[in-house]
Amino acid sequence: MRVSMRVNGRRVTAEDVWEGESLLFVLRERLGLPGSKNACEQGECGSCTVYLDDSPVCACLVAAGQAGGRDVVTVEGLAGAAGLDAVQQAFMDAGAVQCGFCTPGLIVQAHYLLRETVDAGGPVPDDGEIREVLAGNLCRCTGYEKILDAVRLAAARKAAAAAAAAGQAEPGQAEVGR
Amino acid sequence: MTAMTGTVAAAGTVGASRTRMEGRAKVTGAARYAGEIPFADLAHGWLVASTIARGRVRSVESAPVLAMPGVLAVLHHQNAPRLEEFAGMLGPDPTIQILQNDRVPHVGWPVALVVAETSEQAREAADALVIRYDQEPHDIAFSAQHPGMYTPDDSPLLVTETGKGDIEAGLAASAVVVDEEYTTPEEHHNAMEPHAAMARWDSGRLEVVDSNQGPFAVAQDLAKMFSLDLASVRVRSEHVGGAFGSKGLTRPPVVLAVMAAIVTDRPVRVVLTRRQMFSVVGYRSPTAQRVRLGADTDGRLRAFDHQAASLTSTIHEFVESSAGIGRVMYDADAHHTSHRVVRLDVPTPSWMRAPGEAPGSFALESAIDELAHKCGMDPIALRARNEPAVGPVSGLPFSSRNVLGCFEEGARRFGWADRDPRPGAAREGRWLLGTGTAAATYPARVAPSTAAVTAEADGTFTVRITAVDLGTGARTALTQIAADALEVELDRIQVKIADSDFGQAMIAGGSMGTRSWALAITAAATELRAQLALPGDIPSDGITARSDTAEAIGALARQERHSFGAQFAEVAVDVTTGEVRVRRMLGIFAAGRVVNPLTARSQLIGGMTWGLSMALHEEAIRDQASGAHVNADLAGYHFASNADVPVIEVDWVDDPDTHDPTGIKGLGEIGIVGAAAAIANAVWHATGVRHRDLPIRPDRVLLAGSRGC
Ligand code: FES
Ligand code: FES
Repeated sequence: MRVSMRVNGRRVTAEDVWEGESLLFVLRERLGLPGSKNACEQGECGSCTVYLDDSPVCACLVAAGQAGGRDVVTVEGLAGAAGLDAVQQAFMDAGAVQCGFCTPGLIVQAHYLLRETVDAGGPVPDDGEIREVLAGNLCRCTGYEKILDAVRLAAARKAAAAAAAAGQAEPGQAEVGR
Repeated sequence: MTAMTGTVAAAGTVGASRTRMEGRAKVTGAARYAGEIPFADLAHGWLVASTIARGRVRSVESAPVLAMPGVLAVLHHQNAPRLEEFAGMLGPDPTIQILQNDRVPHVGWPVALVVAETSEQAREAADALVIRYDQEPHDIAFSAQHPGMYTPDDSPLLVTETGKGDIEAGLAASAVVVDEEYTTPEEHHNAMEPHAAMARWDSGRLEVVDSNQGPFAVAQDLAKMFSLDLASVRVRSEHVGGAFGSKGLTRPPVVLAVMAAIVTDRPVRVVLTRRQMFSVVGYRSPTAQRVRLGADTDGRLRAFDHQAASLTSTIHEFVESSAGIGRVMYDADAHHTSHRVVRLDVPTPSWMRAPGEAPGSFALESAIDELAHKCGMDPIALRARNEPAVGPVSGLPFSSRNVLGCFEEGARRFGWADRDPRPGAAREGRWLLGTGTAAATYPARVAPSTAAVTAEADGTFTVRITAVDLGTGARTALTQIAADALEVELDRIQVKIADSDFGQAMIAGGSMGTRSWALAITAAATELRAQLALPGDIPSDGITARSDTAEAIGALARQERHSFGAQFAEVAVDVTTGEVRVRRMLGIFAAGRVVNPLTARSQLIGGMTWGLSMALHEEAIRDQASGAHVNADLAGYHFASNADVPVIEVDWVDDPDTHDPTGIKGLGEIGIVGAAAAIANAVWHATGVRHRDLPIRPDRVLLAGSRGC
């Protein structure tokens, strides 16, 4: 079958897709986007997390056909013309990346958390919320501590930027990494 | 341009936190792992694993599968390329002599490889492939009492048994005795990146991209197996998605990829599934360990006996060196350590993060805690009373040993002095609270390596070394080391790694990488600076200096050289569900010179999290009837997720080691050592029940609670 969708803002079409083929397979093997990882292929690790329309999903569990006509954003699509996304930058700065295999999925999932909280004008998420939202993203290297640091850092930077935009920036509030 | 080194003060960058060099590539998804690099005309191989635990392959019914769409070849023991039997890094390795005969030594053993145009086609055909077996009865039941237990011969990696004094007399004369058995289950590395390899012929050379910890060692193995010149084999492993020992040796995917490339004359990629990883890339053997300690009432050890049992496969002997830890940690007039092993119809175990020390420290550091309680002593005070002056078995001096410094600093930060030593004394609603501690140690070894450092005409420097960055931060640490050795800024250094063409180097394993590579880079940099001090310009192809540290390492004085540490944990145990929650962990380490605090801290926290997983979650379970795993995936095999991990704090104390030019000891493994024991000791402190079998599952907590203890 033929599947058309929008991936990272670009309209793409994959031909001869098998009925059983996953969105992850299409992204990695057909569209040349191996940023989303395949570490379990059965929905247990979160390494393959991408946005499907506005929701983060395990791309390994989504049949390619289901993505037809929809919007997919992968880790490769998060950085803009202005540079890295705040979550990507914070993962680098906080040392939240080790082997990097879990990183793309975690970054998409953390991006989603911040989009639903700080970006939506809400408060920065607390540690419990962060851990809960990221609980489906396994990492074998870091012990998660630095990943938490990174999400806290990205959230604080975003909150500070929003406050600055609203004209009430308080100096010295931007960096709360440990 | 003339020589430009020496413009930055010495010790400029080593010891300072640096974010990782390849961080940007990893956060944008641009970093390419072994299974992700595109090649023109790439074909895909799919491993077919045996479904029986013991027997012979009677027939492989390839014909129907060869007629399936896209299928190019079906390789099996009757048609696969013949492999030379050779002695690799650790002698002959039968675990990679695959598709050579009809014997099946365990479930999951590679019995065929299907090669097709796409991986989906290869997989579909592999699923459809009918293989008939002559099955034989199997035995996978591990216990220390198994009649097949034997004492293995000494090997370069392990002295099987050590002893001095009379253990029985020592125990008889002891006022306080602990004599218990501790067990740990089969555990799997489960690096997030499944093993992957690509092989192709490129102008007469075998070019390989492989997920491994040592491309030079893999190139050597492949050259010998396939009777090739070493110079005509190139292996690269630019980014590796975690390894923890599972990628330390040449593994089946790369052998199969080369076979398929030979047969099809095309580039072939072989990627394992998570499930396949449980059978062909090694794992940690289950252990059963008897520890007998005899002491005077003041806690001084009179008798020390640690007997460790583990399993291996029928094709290869690997011994989990669990009883080695007491040879470093504690002395007694009567001192005995030994290993036994049994051959079962299971895959061959291998190195997994802190092999030996991880399970060994669980048993030993639990027993020490038990002894302290029986003596009515604080467990830290008991350890202080038994600090050896020299290696308990070797009699050699320690190059440095600051374990007590770790306990002192840890106790202060953890608030140990306020602890009520009575078990079961603290309760918060349905939670019982407790704290525990344990010691950690891991050897600081070193191995010969070569490196090349080039002064480029544009004023920059290029370092070439066959190091690998498994996520440890090696690339970044080596850049810092090179910058210091050359006394230039970091941004003038480019470190190229993970290419066997750069020559021999130690693999990334055994906590030996950074130290071994640092020695080689420093030696080459020193030589280069001598050359640059001579008058003259740098030619367009630069000036290169090379090093080989074999001789310098051979000349190092024999010493007991180890990292040490103190682990602390606080747990809460739910009396209604039996769930154990770790509330906080603290690890203080004496681990030589720390090159990059940012990445070092991550390594140690990661190691301690492994200890938490080992204590509470990890356990591979086999079905006795089939010999196969029942939980060979990440749904059934648990390790800690984000919500399982509490605040983990890590720091280090000074540990100057003047006997080694780098002062580096390595941090990859010490974080896990003792961590599970600290948690188990905390569970005892919370509940009054001693858990001697890992993992401490809710059902075990509840059953033990109802039995009382
Ligand atoms: S690869 Fe999709 S959840 Fe693991
Ligand atoms: S960084 Fe390696 S799995 Fe998360």
